[in-house]
Amino acid sequence: MAESYRRSRWTNGLFVVPYLSVFLTLLVFPLGWGIWLSLNKVDLFGGERFIGLKNYARVLSDPIFGQAVKNTLIFVGVSVPTLVILGLFLALALNKTTKGSSFLRGLFFASSILSVTIVTLIWRIVFIPNDGLMALIFNYFGWQPIGFLSTTGWSLFSVGVATVWWCIGLPMMLFLAALQQIPKDLYEAAALDNASRWRVLTRITLPSIKSTIMLVAIIQVVMQFQLFGQAQLMTNGGPAGSSRPIVMYIYEIGFLRWDIGMGAAASQILFLIILCAAMLQYWVSTRKEETDA
Amino acid sequence: MSASISIKNITKRYDSVTVLDDINLHIEDGEFVVFLGPSGCGKSTLLRMIAGLESITEGSIEIGDKRIDTLPPGQRGVAMVFQSYALYPHMTTRQNMAFGLENVKVAQDEIDRRVNDAAKILEIDHLLDRKPGRLSGGQRQRVAIGRAIVKEPKAFLFDEPLSNLDAALRGRTRLELAQLHQRLGSTMIFVTHDQVEAMTLADRIVIMHNQKIEQIGTPMEIYQHPVSRFVAEFVGSPPMSMLPINNIQQTANGVTVEVSRAGSIATAITLPPEFNAKDAVIGIRAEDTAVVSSEEDGLDLTIKVVERLGDRTLLYGTLIDGTDLIAEDSGRSKVKAGETVRVSISPHAAHIFDGDGLAHHSQMEV
Repeated sequence: MAESYRRSRWTNGLFVVPYLSVFLTLLVFPLGWGIWLSLNKVDLFGGERFIGLKNYARVLSDPIFGQAVKNTLIFVGVSVPTLVILGLFLALALNKTTKGSSFLRGLFFASSILSVTIVTLIWRIVFIPNDGLMALIFNYFGWQPIGFLSTTGWSLFSVGVATVWWCIGLPMMLFLAALQQIPKDLYEAAALDNASRWRVLTRITLPSIKSTIMLVAIIQVVMQFQLFGQAQLMTNGGPAGSSRPIVMYIYEIGFLRWDIGMGAAASQILFLIILCAAMLQYWVSTRKEETDA
Repeated sequence: MSASISIKNITKRYDSVTVLDDINLHIEDGEFVVFLGPSGCGKSTLLRMIAGLESITEGSIEIGDKRIDTLPPGQRGVAMVFQSYALYPHMTTRQNMAFGLENVKVAQDEIDRRVNDAAKILEIDHLLDRKPGRLSGGQRQRVAIGRAIVKEPKAFLFDEPLSNLDAALRGRTRLELAQLHQRLGSTMIFVTHDQVEAMTLADRIVIMHNQKIEQIGTPMEIYQHPVSRFVAEFVGSPPMSMLPINNIQQTANGVTVEVSRAGSIATAITLPPEFNAKDAVIGIRAEDTAVVSSEEDGLDLTIKVVERLGDRTLLYGTLIDGTDLIAEDSGRSKVKAGETVRVSISPHAAHIFDGDGLAHHSQMEV
């Protein structure tokens, strides 16, 4: 009996082999290889030479990397709350069954299916000096035009606007799905309990979708730390590196300077930063739940 | 604190579909009224209209002397217990009960007093700091009732609140609700499709059918003098047997009806001269029948199923002409399926329904 049970456990294991092989080949192996590369001096055309943590020391002492980290943190710190709050606001406004709201849901989600090239093209047309939409508006009102893509401060802001426009669909859809899960009778009970709109929002709606808010925040933190295409195509990281994110730094080191080892080291640091940010959020949310209980 | 409720000419339509048609009802202060009817008869809609969760197309609703159908739900002075309880899942029992009072800025010590009092009445004081997810179905039910009690409403509205409980708990909660009503003396409206709940709880039952009120009366009035064939068949378990009438003969004590080929039944019912016998039926409840010896008058019933309930035995059978009849015998009945027995029918207890379903009863009390 025990023998056959043990044997059946082995055969059961075979069911996960297809997935496990994909997981190992496409996730675990590249991750391990990346870590190995970061410990080596690698030239794409030459061999490898083990140099320990020297790549990390080079990355961390590079002021350009420091600037890229700062840019990325600012970008994530502003774009993620914007995406969460705006997504939530849109979902609350469109959580109806009218034809108009279905149309608007589709419209807001439509930007998500565009490729980054098209998104940046659209926003370059908006922000480009002289003939851009913003320039036309500024001219119309007789204001001094702003070089949105070529001014320090405004360039990262412009990338952020394009990113929010591009990414708003997913948070909105996730929030809508969560809102529709809230039982209707809770709102009816609240109506009989004389709850104001604000009390209904803060005491019933938001607590009911708390886990989705956390999910959206974590997804967006992970996604926005990986900012690359928009910055590359709209500002090319400029002016003076003021809109260069970490991934762009990695790209430049690895594929323009061909220093694969150092690029890999920067990648591992980004990986750690994202991991810490996501874990921190998870920890904060679960700790709050424990004190609630 | 509690008040009477007047429903005047209420009609509810969704586009061209009429859900409730010209409903009129007055509920006395402190009365326990049950809306009873099959699914889709509009009973829940009517309750939700009183609560303000459903708009009304025509008519008005008054609580006390105040018209309330134009007010938002929270300002009508009613509290509702939902079928699903609708407790706020992320709030503790105490917060659930206090929420409505906090919204109208009741002083904190008053909130505490009311919550503690209600918790004591419902024996949930040890559950006050738990969230609904950690409560059993019965406990959630009590919290939902507690949330209604603390509001000290003019009327309590219950929307099938027992249907999610298991049978044993349902029976117990039913009893407790009856006690709660005695204790609080509040006006209560209770919606159900369960006739046992209706019969045991109600001061008056409102039977609803086809968008209208079919009958309003005390449980015994409804049971003994149903106004229509629908009420007669809907209330009572097992349901009243309906036998088609072939011929009616007037006698000194009432009419004697001939039930197709199966025989005739003497009743104490006096029918009006204009009575139309077409499609008329005679209705007989199982407990108004008796198994008698074959020498006595009665109908021969071939038994198909014997249902032994302990205190009594139900005999499901067919008459010679194939009509179904349910008869009752004592708990010690020896009758078996397949046998044919003679069944007598109490003349005062039969009901005759004309082709339109209108009922005629014996004038004498059974």
